[in-house]
Amino acid sequence: MGKNLAGKTASIIAILVVACFGFVGIPHGSLKESIRRNIHLGLDLKGGVHLVLQVKVAEAVSGQTDNDVARLEADLEKAGIVGASVGKLDPTHLDTITISGTPLAKSSDVRSVLADNSYATYAVASNPDGSWKLTMKPSAVKDIEARALETSIETISERINKLGVSEPTVQQYGLGANEILIELPDVSDPARVQDIIQSTARLEIHQVAGGPYASDQDALQANSGVIPPDSVLMKGSGTTGGADQVWLLKRVSVVSGNDFRDAQPSTDENGRPDITFTLTTAAGNTFYKYTDANKGTGSMAIVLDNRVREVAGIQGAIRDTGRISGGGFTQQSAADLSLMLRTGALPASLEFLETRTVGASLGAASIRQGVEAAIGGMLLVMVALLIYYRGAGVNAILALILNLILLLGFMGYSGSVLTLPGIAGVILTIGMGVDSNVLIFERIREEMRLGKTAASAVQSGFAHAWITIIDTHVTTIVSAMILFLFGTGPVRGFAVTLAVGLLANLFTAVFVSRVIFDAVLAKKERGAALSI
Amino acid sequence: MELFRTTNIDWLGKKWYFLGFSLIFSVAGVLSMAFWHGVPRGVDFKGGTLVYVKFDSTPNEDHLRQAIDAGGIHDASIQRISGALGQVANEEVISLPESSAADTSHDAGRERVLAALNNNYHDSHFEVQQVEIVGPTAGKQLQKQAWLATIYSLIGMLVYLWFRFELIYGVAAVVAVFHDTLITVGAFSLTNQEITLTVIAAILTLIGYSMNDTIVVFDRIRENLALSRRESLTDVVNRSINQTLSRTVIASGLTFLTVLSLYLFGGEVLHGFSFALVVGILIGTYSSIAVAAPMLVAYQDWRASKGKAATLPAGKRAKS
Repeated sequence: MGKNLAGKTASIIAILVVACFGFVGIPHGSLKESIRRNIHLGLDLKGGVHLVLQVKVAEAVSGQTDNDVARLEADLEKAGIVGASVGKLDPTHLDTITISGTPLAKSSDVRSVLADNSYATYAVASNPDGSWKLTMKPSAVKDIEARALETSIETISERINKLGVSEPTVQQYGLGANEILIELPDVSDPARVQDIIQSTARLEIHQVAGGPYASDQDALQANSGVIPPDSVLMKGSGTTGGADQVWLLKRVSVVSGNDFRDAQPSTDENGRPDITFTLTTAAGNTFYKYTDANKGTGSMAIVLDNRVREVAGIQGAIRDTGRISGGGFTQQSAADLSLMLRTGALPASLEFLETRTVGASLGAASIRQGVEAAIGGMLLVMVALLIYYRGAGVNAILALILNLILLLGFMGYSGSVLTLPGIAGVILTIGMGVDSNVLIFERIREEMRLGKTAASAVQSGFAHAWITIIDTHVTTIVSAMILFLFGTGPVRGFAVTLAVGLLANLFTAVFVSRVIFDAVLAKKERGAALSI
Repeated sequence: MELFRTTNIDWLGKKWYFLGFSLIFSVAGVLSMAFWHGVPRGVDFKGGTLVYVKFDSTPNEDHLRQAIDAGGIHDASIQRISGALGQVANEEVISLPESSAADTSHDAGRERVLAALNNNYHDSHFEVQQVEIVGPTAGKQLQKQAWLATIYSLIGMLVYLWFRFELIYGVAAVVAVFHDTLITVGAFSLTNQEITLTVIAAILTLIGYSMNDTIVVFDRIRENLALSRRESLTDVVNRSINQTLSRTVIASGLTFLTVLSLYLFGGEVLHGFSFALVVGILIGTYSSIAVAAPMLVAYQDWRASKGKAATLPAGKRAKS
């Protein structure tokens, strides 16, 4: 006891300095500003938009099988198998492709086409009637879903970055539920952000096979009641604007989603906003071949998110640039849409699960009031400790302050975000910190009542209280760790500050407070009374 | 200064009063949850739309209701936020259940509320301070996760106490904490205050706090049992509670001070949060003396009545 006091004091001061550096940094401007730079506040405290959305990953799987249907048709044709009908017949199993109408004699040819490595993601089954069933393997489905989530996160991040929001968060959220958490500090209008994020921006160019018709029924009638298997009906206002019309389009697009290299807002000859796009080289070549072959005769539809935006006759061969006009754009919508096209299409559509907007003024007001009330409460506690425990009260106060400094230091170094539930964790930490000190002091008083000297009362007081403190702290830290593992968002914020606060408390209430006692005792004569 | 030197209160002799008190409060809460207010869940958990509007001056409640109604929103609930001490009560919370938002799109509810406000109040006279929109799946998931996390963490505590003491200590502590949570949630139901995510954080705080309090008493019981094996368990428990009483009163009292100041001055956003803590600290302190400790004695009596060894396991000996 009392040994190496100088060493212990030095190490406490060193830890204190390191912790202070964690949340103050190199002093620069006022203290308040420095702290604000290093301690990150949650949106509930500083204001902003918090969004949770779900990626409809099944759409990405369905999109992949759509592509494979088109590829398979082409491959079968190339292999000289005629009359095959390839499609996804079962609307509830969008990961399944069926081939029917192939002559039995050609079975081995079909098999060799399917043996190609590019169909390795499918489990192939042949039926006795000569039809085939391709089901995507679960591992491949999983891969596509994971990629869809990843691409969505990338695309959304890019869109948000281009909007110029400072310090945005875009990350996977929840446990395997394909959810994305987006946090945008200081943004107060969620509607526009939501539009920009949500728009799939899947731009495609399809060949027009018929139309426009006034309605789906008209379209069916005009095609003798059956939509050809290689075509789809799609709605849109088209070139005329006004009421929706229906077009019959070839199912497989000429140019799709990721074939676009760039898109910029521009204006047409009448000064109306439109969008100019550029294709990638490969897509440009395909597009050139297509437009060259169909010039003067065909027309094509520009389809955005499954809606016809524009239909134009093919006047000449086009290589790699084109224009979307007449869509009734405003300058803002043309700019937003070209932003979405530039950043690429989302692989699947999104569904919003949660939107929370906290006005910056409310955040500021709530933090100010909360912090003032908490500081007021702490001051009251400190005064009470001083009155009740006199000299030893100083120990407790120092221990509490040091505890807070260590906690803030950790928040600064780890970059953890302080939220309202986090503050709940701090309150419990303070409560248990006070309790640890009280436990020790009461125990010392008890020992002194039994007639022990100050030094041995301190010694055995700490020894006895230590066991209890360990039990209470470890129990709570265990529960904090479990909350961290199984909780999300707010529950986690609570768990982090609590666990760290309690670890800091073990150090301050037990070790630091003991050093202070020892230092006081070292100055006193043997047998002198202790102020407690 | 000292409050108590040596108290000699027969705590266990009052166990029937304690039981009565706990029963009255638990049953009142449960009845309210079952038949009266239910468990009032905030938008966080039940899904729906919440718009928090601050007006320049206190709006006429009837006019506001008519305005919202005229906007085609008939199932909105409008709640005036009582101004904190000395402030004008000019803030209103308009909340819509999930059903009225989900009919068209995720944020249809918000748009309709804003349209209704814009039609009836000039832009300059109100400010939207906070909007929360939670879809039905998100709410359910949040609720499930909060429950699971809490239950798992209680199991974690139970296992640790089992390891450090004996199983019965862990069970008693968890029962006491459950008692506290039940009464606190009951208090929310009785006063018809909504349980939000921050209230969940407060409930977790009270669980931690109550557990802390209980362990302090248990630790003393274990220590005393190890010292004097001939004394009756009732006496040991009574003595342990009395020995830790000054600590209990001081520590809980001080924590209560902080929480009370948060409740009185912390502002509207913290209201539910600090209410849970105020109730929780009172009840958590009470339960460690009135619920957890008597359970140990009751357990021993039960064992004795079954003809088994009448002594409570003293617990693993404390290392010192």
